[in-house]
Amino acid sequence: MSKDTSAVATSNTTAATPSKPSKVGGAATWADDRLGLAAMGKKNLRKIFPDHWSFMLGEIALWSFVVLLLTGIFLTFWFRPSMSEIVYEGSYDQLRGIQMSEAMASALDISFDVRGGLLMRQMHHWAAMLFVASMMIHLLRVWFTGAYRKPRELNWVIGSLLLLLGTLEGFTGYSLPDDLLSGTGVRAADGFIKSIPIVGSYISFFLFGGEFPGEMIIPRLFTIHVLLIPGLLLGLIAAHMLLLVYHKHTQWPGPGRTETNVVGFPMLPVYAAKAGGFFFIVFGVTAALGALLSINAVWKYGPYDPSKVTAGSQPDWYMGWPDGALRIMPGWESHFWGSTWSWNVFLPIIVLPGLLFTVLLLLPFIDSWITGDKREHHLLQRPRNAPTRTGIMVALMTLYAMFWIAGGNDIIAITFHLSINQITYILRAAVFIAPVIAFFVTRRICISLQRHDNEMMLHGYESGVIMRSPEGAYTEKHLPLPESKVYAWTHRDDSAEQLQSGEVHTGRFAKMRNKLRELYYADDVDKPTIEELEAAHHHDEAEHAEQAELVGKASDGHQFDGHHDVSDEPLRGDH
Amino acid sequence: MSSTHEQAPEQTHDGSGHSINAHTDALLPDPGQPEHHWRPTDVDEKAEKRAERQVAICFLLSAICSVLFVVAYVGIDAGYDGTTVFGLGASNVALGLCLSGALLFVGVGVIQWARKLMADVEIAEDRHPAASSESDRQATQAALAAGLEESGMGRRPLLRNSLIGSAALLLAPAVVLFRDLGPLPNETADAATGGGLEHTVWKQGVRVVRDVVGTPIRPSDVEIGDLFNAEPEVLFANEERGLPGLHGVDLQVAKSKAPVVLLRMDPADYIPGPGREDWAIDGIVAYSKICTHVGCPISLNERTTHHLLCPCHQSTFDLADSGKVVFGPAGRHLPQLPLAVDDEGYLIAQSDFTEPIGPSYWERNNVEIKDQNVGDLG
Repeated sequence: MSKDTSAVATSNTTAATPSKPSKVGGAATWADDRLGLAAMGKKNLRKIFPDHWSFMLGEIALWSFVVLLLTGIFLTFWFRPSMSEIVYEGSYDQLRGIQMSEAMASALDISFDVRGGLLMRQMHHWAAMLFVASMMIHLLRVWFTGAYRKPRELNWVIGSLLLLLGTLEGFTGYSLPDDLLSGTGVRAADGFIKSIPIVGSYISFFLFGGEFPGEMIIPRLFTIHVLLIPGLLLGLIAAHMLLLVYHKHTQWPGPGRTETNVVGFPMLPVYAAKAGGFFFIVFGVTAALGALLSINAVWKYGPYDPSKVTAGSQPDWYMGWPDGALRIMPGWESHFWGSTWSWNVFLPIIVLPGLLFTVLLLLPFIDSWITGDKREHHLLQRPRNAPTRTGIMVALMTLYAMFWIAGGNDIIAITFHLSINQITYILRAAVFIAPVIAFFVTRRICISLQRHDNEMMLHGYESGVIMRSPEGAYTEKHLPLPESKVYAWTHRDDSAEQLQSGEVHTGRFAKMRNKLRELYYADDVDKPTIEELEAAHHHDEAEHAEQAELVGKASDGHQFDGHHDVSDEPLRGDH
Repeated sequence: MSSTHEQAPEQTHDGSGHSINAHTDALLPDPGQPEHHWRPTDVDEKAEKRAERQVAICFLLSAICSVLFVVAYVGIDAGYDGTTVFGLGASNVALGLCLSGALLFVGVGVIQWARKLMADVEIAEDRHPAASSESDRQATQAALAAGLEESGMGRRPLLRNSLIGSAALLLAPAVVLFRDLGPLPNETADAATGGGLEHTVWKQGVRVVRDVVGTPIRPSDVEIGDLFNAEPEVLFANEERGLPGLHGVDLQVAKSKAPVVLLRMDPADYIPGPGREDWAIDGIVAYSKICTHVGCPISLNERTTHHLLCPCHQSTFDLADSGKVVFGPAGRHLPQLPLAVDDEGYLIAQSDFTEPIGPSYWERNNVEIKDQNVGDLG
């Protein structure tokens, strides 16, 4: 503390010197005297962030959350979370004079009688979709590039919790207008809850304040939607960002980029401008979506009536996969000693999502449990260079896709004139078979791509230039990859190094773990050795010598293929 | 974050087993960060001025959009008046596009500024292991131990254990407080008013009336193949019949359990379940409209097969065969409402449903259903 005081004293002296102190400087001094901001600013204002398009995906999630907060606050000023029945008297003709809940009536008022209200409603719903979607894609990016590895496993856990909470937040949100579609969703949710063994009907009665639908569920969902979950989301997002700053961002390997540094642009000014600007882009795109694409037109569904339903009832897309699991589950129900076990509901909608979410949460730990790799990793891996890891996620994506398709089995049946029974039977098998196929196919594709990389590094890339030899034979000219690229591509462990990177497993399951680790890295194609690379280059040089006369002629044109320095090229002008 | 990580930037191994993986070897020696290339805006004053103008124009366009937003807000009526653009309200489209423009132009301008005019020299910064240094760990452990020692946590088990006990018991008020969230399922059970999971407002003599309008139905009104959405008459106010009707929550709860589908089929097609021989009137049958899967109202009728399909999860029930499940995830048949005809020739219920309607729940089989004359067909 004493050190800080002296620093302040110095700055005060400086401020009193003839060069007139600026007002900003004065304010900064005032603030630093009380908050000690300079110490924090010194460390963080010029913090380095690496640049890559894929690092922007999480940013979309962050900014769409901010859009959700802003538009959501607007909506709360008019929305009345009450299930009291009133007669709608607003400006939408088709529903005027009809009994509905206050929640539904106020949702209609926001849509038709508050200027900009419909825009905010639609932006809120679009931003919610964007929030969940970008979190999912961000999650895939983190997995596929290995960014979840030590020391970032806990940030993966936080991110997974954010995805779960974001999904629940979406469900509670689209249930609020109390329209026919969302009411049907809430009713189904009541059915899900009732399927829980022992406590199901009790939870249902507590949640709804008695029998479905009661008059408590909308106010309670409202509190959960605007207070409980957003509070948790805010806290977790803050933790997610703090850990990001603490760990520093991962980066792709490349010249000058190592495990012990981070290369990029400073937060101030470049990232402040880019990220800040990107917030406006996300906000602006959401506004355009809200302006031009109608979403959740509750006035078309009408108010909730427990005796009515519309055909093609479906939840928002991110709730589609458990709904699909529910659709393809066989109708199993057991009765033991006077108790009822609704396997047909409990398994697909309560157990399965819980199970898959747990698997998602534990993925980094399962991964390191197998590999035994306890090193810190800050350089990203290309998905192809971790074929098993990539295969695992593609298998999970395929499983998700099969359930998601099942969630639209009625739409598919109608659109393509197929039998819904057959679609259902096929999907029942596909959820087991397709992920396995996807895993092996993906793994083989990754390995082939690794081979392809080696091929390019050893023999150059296909230039598209066809050479004719004096004998009349045609060959395609291969040109060597730039050294920086070869460096970036080969900046990785080969499989032997990876196998040795983890300690040999001992103790329980040691045999299985060692076997799994072997399989994890099996068939990986190692990067070429330096000898192979040099031999290949000698070969290339000989070939080049033959073709030397032709190379570099303006008629060749391939100096402009993006792999060559063209700064001296007269055809290009100065740049 | 903590300043302790400032030390020893080169250090990749701090002796505590926490190391950054610095051993990932590339094939070639590190060529080092590529040479910085000047952008046109760095070297050409004209290009720089041009970029500056572009950014300023973006900001100007944003300002114009903001003004237009205000103009649209004042100038275009909200309200559903049929003025549409792209099938959407004119006000919504105008406000949305203006807002979008105002935001996008700021974003594009700022990013353009960053890309063209701000310094683009990449800088390298050192990383440090996430773990604290060994000396920090020891200092923290010492501080923790000193704190615990001074508190007497270890020396005074009576205090420690009684504190743990009382803190744990604090959970009790927190849990008990939530008891009044709702009544218990059996507390709402009331056969007279149709309350609870195993009762509905149907009872002996209640007329089956048309959904929405509430008019009674004679068997002759129903043609073969016709499907009616029907309700018990008690939902509707009817002075002649001395019915006050139901309102508010009571109406919603009743409506969530009582709806039936009424269907007439060729009596030859109808296979009555055991004990259900007199539940149909001339091929007219009534089943609960609430799906036994998760409770959606069922509505899609397949005329030729007497199959009823739930639009939520496609459970399909055969109405000619006691409502049994022929496809889909439902685990139980649809409950059937026993029908009769009253003195005036209108369809009435013989009794309430003989089993709980809607989705299954844990206690379902323990429930004693009044007038139960059939077993569970499930």
